[in-house]
Amino acid sequence: MVEFTLWDILRNLLLAARWTVGLSLVAFIGGGLVGFALLIARLTPSRGARRLVSFYVQLFQGTPLLIQLFLAYFGLALFGIQTSAWTAAALALTAYTSAFLSEIWFGCVASVPRGQWEAARSLALTFGEQLRHVILPQALNIAIPPTVGFLVQVIKGTALASVIGFVELTKAGGMITNATFRPFTVYAAVALIYFALCYPISLTARALERTLHAAHR
Amino acid sequence: MIRTVVNLDFGTILVDWRMLAKGVAWTLGLTAVSATGGLALGVGCAWARIHGPAWLKAVTGAYVELFRNTPFIVQLFFIFFGLPAAGFRLSPEAASILAMVINLGAYATEIIRAGIEATPRGQVEAALSLALSRMQIFFHVVLPPALRKIWPALVSQIIIVMLGSSVCGQISTEELSFAANLIQSRNFRAFEAFIVAALIYLALSIGLRRLLNWLGPRFLFGD
Amino acid sequence: MPPIVEIAGLYKSFGETQVLRGVDLNVEPGEVIAIIGRSGSGKSTLLRCINGLERFDSGAILIKNKQIDHDSAAAMRELRQQVGMIFQSFNLFPHLNVGRNIMLAPKLVKKRAAQQGEEQARALLARVGLEEKFDAMPDRLSGGQQQRVAIARALAMEPAVLLCDEITSALDPELVGEVLRVVESLARDGMTLMMVTHEIGFARKIADRLIFMHQGKVHEMGPPEELFANPRTPELRQFLSSLHS
Repeated sequence: MVEFTLWDILRNLLLAARWTVGLSLVAFIGGGLVGFALLIARLTPSRGARRLVSFYVQLFQGTPLLIQLFLAYFGLALFGIQTSAWTAAALALTAYTSAFLSEIWFGCVASVPRGQWEAARSLALTFGEQLRHVILPQALNIAIPPTVGFLVQVIKGTALASVIGFVELTKAGGMITNATFRPFTVYAAVALIYFALCYPISLTARALERTLHAAHR
Repeated sequence: MIRTVVNLDFGTILVDWRMLAKGVAWTLGLTAVSATGGLALGVGCAWARIHGPAWLKAVTGAYVELFRNTPFIVQLFFIFFGLPAAGFRLSPEAASILAMVINLGAYATEIIRAGIEATPRGQVEAALSLALSRMQIFFHVVLPPALRKIWPALVSQIIIVMLGSSVCGQISTEELSFAANLIQSRNFRAFEAFIVAALIYLALSIGLRRLLNWLGPRFLFGD
Repeated sequence: MPPIVEIAGLYKSFGETQVLRGVDLNVEPGEVIAIIGRSGSGKSTLLRCINGLERFDSGAILIKNKQIDHDSAAAMRELRQQVGMIFQSFNLFPHLNVGRNIMLAPKLVKKRAAQQGEEQARALLARVGLEEKFDAMPDRLSGGQQQRVAIARALAMEPAVLLCDEITSALDPELVGEVLRVVESLARDGMTLMMVTHEIGFARKIADRLIFMHQGKVHEMGPPEELFANPRTPELRQFLSSLHS
């Protein structure tokens, strides 16, 4: 039997962590794009579009991410699409992220005073111009800290992709445990790597939040 | 040729309603116990973060950051698979509850602390002038209005923990997602099984939010 | 010349409450109209209907012979270029400096070239007495200064009518004067103005016509001197006497 040193364990975990980072980025960027489209749909005067987006958000916020991953994995197969765990995970996490981000951003847009919309409207700006030049620049300021903060939720969320067999940090932890029989060390190391990824982002989000509050005083 | 018609059969899932019901019971049970434990832990740690000695502040601070910046599933696996190696063996159910309590506790600490720090200083001073003890002030003057203010945030966090409990099926705690998995492994109707589970979770999260919004004002901070 | 604003049989409710119950009113070009009345009499709602911020239930509003049509975005855009609005709470865009606040709409809507836009903005700022504030951010200005910038911003669209919705109500008393002086100079230059105001003395001084609104209708109107000297209805009499006490 091969002896695993602590360094061997750590090295293999770090290699797998690249997939955690990759999946997080795909979900965050993809979810951001979809979330932005959802936000715009929700801001249009169309009542149907607004209802649909609210329903979508409620659906993803009211069910476990794990079940969403299962549904993506088995659902795609049902439609005859050959899926890898990677595709299913990327898809589910993108949808999940888009729902949360669009909700966060909708809150930021809602916090821009109504008078700003009215002033822009009274100056004959179109709906698109009102958004682009008046509302979104103001909402963006408020949106940055919680958006950065949500990246932490996305990174932690990717750990669930291990359950449908995608080999990222958590899954690698399980595999290395099976090979080394050192679950305590391995899972502690896994946790520390997640912490090293997430904690700096949490601190950044908090610092951004503080700057924003200071600017508003 | 691409098959365009997808056959869905929910009947075969609902036949196993007993399993689903048992899963729901476990999910709700886990959530109830961990919500109670997590809130108690949160109140204790929030107190420690504000009034405790420096070392205790540091310890609770580290606890909060550590558990908020790592995935729940890793916390659960560490407790269930890792701790036995250190001589601390738990049943799947006990490990699930422990993980959920500690996880919720970390979030609740921060939420409750924020609520307490928003309480006006004058109220504490008024209470001090009435010769109330530090403990009495905390539990009778500071905590109730703080809880009222942050209750919606706590309710959301409890629902997140309830949804997160679906992961506990991975260590064979027989909660709802475990039941769905068991059903699909028998009849190979995975998609339908998880759709049903998703709808039940959705109903549970809506119902739980209503229930907690009703309970909070009545029993926790008396309106 | 035909009236610039024609309002006929205007009705508007918010839920169960009827706010406007059949308003009829014509405004001639160059006329200065002051609208007075108790809160809840429908004054602000009337103004907000005229530039389409509020939909009305029935009746018609014509601006320069064109009917307001909420279902046509192009028509509304056309309308709002004719009708400028100043708000009680200024509503300057906080993320843009003063100059860009003024230049934004002309650039987007009228496709005005950058240099031309800047020249116009500077000229308008000079007109409201704030030529040195071109680069300032709105939150660095006093309330009175912000409101004067808001006036310059509305004027940049070269509207045919300017609506003023209680534009001094949010100001400290010592800042009211500077804003009113700007409005007065606009009136002198022949701008068509419709203003809802609590500054009765000011209304009396510059308005060509005073409109007293009561329970969602134009209850009484006429030249200020006439209305102040001989109020015909008990409601106006009561309203005027409540001001003096």
